[in-house]
Amino acid sequence: MNLIEFFTSFPEMSSESLRLFKKSVDGAYRSFSAKYGDAIEAVFDPVLYFLVWFEKLLHNSPWPLVILALLGLVYLGSRSIYLTIGSLFAFLFIGYFGMWDDTMSTVSIIGVCTALTIGFGIPVGILMSGSDRARAMITPILDVMQTMPSFVYLIPVVMLLGIGKIPGLLAVIIYAIPPVIRLTDLGIREVNKEVLEAADAFGANRMQKLFRVQLPLALPTIFAGINQTIMMALAMVVIASMIGVKGLGQPVLKAITNQYFTMGLLNGLAIVALAIIFDRVSQSYGKRMQQHRAGANE
Amino acid sequence: MSEVKIKIENLYKIFGPRAKEYTNKVKSGIDKDELLAKYNHVLGLDNINLDIKEQSIQVVMGLSGSGKSTLIRHINRLIEPTEGTVLVDGEDITKLNKADLLEFRRNKTGMVFQRFALFPHHNILDNVQFGLSIKNLDKSESKDKAMYWIEKVGLTGFENKFPNQLSGGMQQRVGLARALAIDPDILLMDEAFSALDPLIRTDMQDQLLDLQKNLKKTIIFITHDLDEALKLGDRIAILNGGKLVQDGNAEEILLNPADEYVSNFVKDVNRIKVLKIGSIMNIDGNMNESNPSVMVDESIENCLPTMLESESGLNVLDNDKNFVGVISKNNIAEILRRSKD
Repeated sequence: MNLIEFFTSFPEMSSESLRLFKKSVDGAYRSFSAKYGDAIEAVFDPVLYFLVWFEKLLHNSPWPLVILALLGLVYLGSRSIYLTIGSLFAFLFIGYFGMWDDTMSTVSIIGVCTALTIGFGIPVGILMSGSDRARAMITPILDVMQTMPSFVYLIPVVMLLGIGKIPGLLAVIIYAIPPVIRLTDLGIREVNKEVLEAADAFGANRMQKLFRVQLPLALPTIFAGINQTIMMALAMVVIASMIGVKGLGQPVLKAITNQYFTMGLLNGLAIVALAIIFDRVSQSYGKRMQQHRAGANE
Repeated sequence: MSEVKIKIENLYKIFGPRAKEYTNKVKSGIDKDELLAKYNHVLGLDNINLDIKEQSIQVVMGLSGSGKSTLIRHINRLIEPTEGTVLVDGEDITKLNKADLLEFRRNKTGMVFQRFALFPHHNILDNVQFGLSIKNLDKSESKDKAMYWIEKVGLTGFENKFPNQLSGGMQQRVGLARALAIDPDILLMDEAFSALDPLIRTDMQDQLLDLQKNLKKTIIFITHDLDEALKLGDRIAILNGGKLVQDGNAEEILLNPADEYVSNFVKDVNRIKVLKIGSIMNIDGNMNESNPSVMVDESIENCLPTMLESESGLNVLDNDKNFVGVISKNNIAEILRRSKD
């Protein structure tokens, strides 16, 4: 090989060894998933069970009752009568145009995803805020989770667990959990050092500091993270529908492949309506906590 | 009054990763600037020895960076010493383990901060109760105690407000009530009144002195304001560059400043206002029945009118009306002259 050639074309590995490399990694993963796939699937059984139960509950209850319950939650969260009325019209629109069942499936998966991301994300965020080393280790993982195209990590998930709700749920969580973790970490780190010193001076131990000072003061920031997480989870419903998650994503997917413009638009609008409702409710709930903190509720 | 409550012995604090190694360098005489320039470590405290008497107000004074905030944080060990001991009631608190240290902080010391450091998410009642709730005290008992202190500092009716709804002076009263609510022996006040405007500050100083008459706590009060120090302090310790340059009562500091730093500090003080008759009187003199009398603990300023009216001098009496000395116009003239230099 002469010198000029070395500089003009990249000295890459031979295609033979590259093929061998890919083949052996794929083979190893395939045998791993064949061996442990069932066991790992079993771990997720309780989640699947709950998800199915929740979806059935939303589907099988009479629709006026479900709307009433949802509106109740909207009002409790936002304390805004306008938003509640707006949501009522959104739900009526969704139902009238035949998207009720798909919407309920989406609501159920978003609901379960949000609960799981909060349940995992906040403790991880707390861990990160307490140790710079943990933060240095977790941050790049979060970067990968947020930037890696979702299709790429869908491949191993589907290989391992097949097509269905759980792989979809995992895909949504992987994509949506980083904001909760990051903002929990940030919120706790941003707590005023003097206030923390005061807690120390009065002999507060670590748990007392965390639960009485750090978390309450970080709550508005954490809530901004939860809000973002919900938005990102909604953005994932179309991609999740590709691996068999029921909901508004499926008709959208069908509309794309068949060029059904109206069908795509209607279902797209339903996703937008859900997003706006979730966003406004969680934002105004977060804001109310901030007001309380600022003492302006007197 | 005379029992030593807090005894600080050979206390060193150096900030930096290799603090221990550099303690010997500091002991052999290199100063704050040199340590920073040559070794990139900050000298916080340099061989501090200080006895703080029970039930007294010990003021610690110095410019910013002199180590006064560092020193006060060694008393409840918010800052770990590099070397030395801090004895409280004879117990070395630098040796306490984690659990004992928490107990010590929960029961023995209350702290008041320069920028209040109240909990913004708690109302005033819960702020004052904070130290009690950390101790897991019974709810109704802790509420009673908190309400007592809220009343004592004059904030009744505000217990459901949040800190940012209160003015600075009121917030610091909450800070004071929060510290006193745990009924500590020792009150640590870190520039507690420095962030308040002058009128409120005077007000708070009077309130503190008033409270102290009954409370008889051991108070360590940090300030950079000499007038405040002279007004509050039973004793005043002056720090410079991490070193304790002088510790004495107001008169000692004013009349015999230990070095140039201290004399610069006290240069502009109105001596006739601060100094008491007793510190400049002549104890060799004889009682003169025809002269008017003044009390020994009166300030010079208050005696000036009587002095100017009198022909020769004044008799000085103690609190039991016994004759203790005389004072002449010359004594006062000398003090006035000295403060002019």
